[in-house]
Amino acid sequence: MSKTYAEINEKIASGKAVVLTAEEVIDYVDKKGVEQAAAEIDVVTTATFGPMCSSGCFLNFGHSTPKMRISEAWIEDVRAYCGIAAVDVYLGATELRHNDPANMYYPGEFRYGGGHVIEDLVAGKKLQLFGLSYGTDDYPRREIRTMFDINDLNQAIMSNPRNCYQNYNVATNTSDKTIYTYLGILKPRIRNLTYSSAGQLSPLLNDPLYQTIGIGTSIWLAGARGIVYAEGTQHCSKVERGDNDVPVEGAGTLALSGDMKKMQSEFVRGVSLKGYGVSLALGVGIPIPILNEEILMRTTVRDRDISACIIDYAHDYPQKTGKVLQKCTYEQLRSGTIEIQGKEVKVSSMSSYNKALKICELLKAEIQDGKFLLSEASQRLPLNQSMQALNIQGPTK
Amino acid sequence: MKTQKIYLYFPKSETDKPIICHLIRNYDLTINIFRAKVTPEEEGHLSLEVTGTEENIAKAFQYLEGFDVIIHTGAKAVHWEGQRCTHCGNCLSHCPTAALHFADPNTREVQFDEEKCIECLSCITNCPFGVCSSAF
Repeated sequence: MSKTYAEINEKIASGKAVVLTAEEVIDYVDKKGVEQAAAEIDVVTTATFGPMCSSGCFLNFGHSTPKMRISEAWIEDVRAYCGIAAVDVYLGATELRHNDPANMYYPGEFRYGGGHVIEDLVAGKKLQLFGLSYGTDDYPRREIRTMFDINDLNQAIMSNPRNCYQNYNVATNTSDKTIYTYLGILKPRIRNLTYSSAGQLSPLLNDPLYQTIGIGTSIWLAGARGIVYAEGTQHCSKVERGDNDVPVEGAGTLALSGDMKKMQSEFVRGVSLKGYGVSLALGVGIPIPILNEEILMRTTVRDRDISACIIDYAHDYPQKTGKVLQKCTYEQLRSGTIEIQGKEVKVSSMSSYNKALKICELLKAEIQDGKFLLSEASQRLPLNQSMQALNIQGPTK
Repeated sequence: MKTQKIYLYFPKSETDKPIICHLIRNYDLTINIFRAKVTPEEEGHLSLEVTGTEENIAKAFQYLEGFDVIIHTGAKAVHWEGQRCTHCGNCLSHCPTAALHFADPNTREVQFDEEKCIECLSCITNCPFGVCSSAF
């Protein structure tokens, strides 16, 4: 039994598509059997919500009178990149606010940055633009200070080079002092663990070999219709995988884009990580078309079938030793405690399963209502790609 | 016997009075102070739990009302803004009393049980979304 994208889209358009979330599909297939379930189900919705540092947006301000070629710009005192056309800027999620002391008074608080500006933009808040220029014959204005909101912009296009990590490390701290990381605060001597994945709901864990998710796939990006525009940076598919082909470490990533004017602020949230920095938490939903039984079986992956590596972020992560303290499953992680080196250790998450579940349901409703059609990828994501390290070299003679 | 949490705000004019001492001596109350910031010549904040008979607690409140002190009964000086919570649950392993907990293990919705909060403030340090805040 196999289906085509066109057949599935026809059913969606006529409001007859059978859509299940990545959580619902597990029991459904158990009950009905793969063959019958594959014939019945058209789409499985997957999702994730969590901090995704490699995110940002292109903004176009329109021209003032007289015109200006903005060469330096700050939005709410957060620096935006201006090395593109006159009134285009790129604002990155991890950019700090001007004069933020960072970790000068360790551990720093990092209260506001690029991710917060993006949240405020999507929430429709009025923000301040301050821009400077050297002035040219055709763009004479040399300074601008004005308030604006997202509706005043011509375009606000989120463009994220790396989102939706297929899987991720579980972090702990074997040292004698508290450490502050992008996976949160880690207490000394292995007193807590943190992870960041929606596990059985996560898009690339439900399509481990990138059979449907690829370049050109339509996605739900914080409520807007978005697209996978490229493989994500550090996409590294050639990694250790379980019997079910699900990777036990980072692996695949996606580069995503979408119109911020159509996003919902609930799913675009600035992040402040004490002692580390700022970021942006995003909600992403990806529909998986059930083209055949194999694709369906892969969407039935459970937390207990997905493993992750526990890494020491005090030593092994920064020093790149490659050492894994222990492996564990997402079922163990989500139970709230894991036994490590003979003691029960509390586990918490940076990623929100609750929000991911909500996104699965929202996307499901859009597809059921015939509002979201699926698109076939125009290019597959590389399946056998490794990642290079940066070797420090002297100047070429 | 009854136990009640209160959060008191002292304006500058009242910070030099031994109010808590009188609550203990005159109204036979057991006082458990979670957190205090009362400095002479400045405003002050006090977050505490009082235990005593209902009658004595009522009298103590009457006594407090005689001063220019703002009494927030049943309230903590720690506030959890549920609307802004993303329910990641990152706070859970930092909360020593499980005041922050999952309401339902399946949906993993985070809830805050104010009664269990001892105002250690670790959630404020930890929450990536600034959902928890302190009145002082």
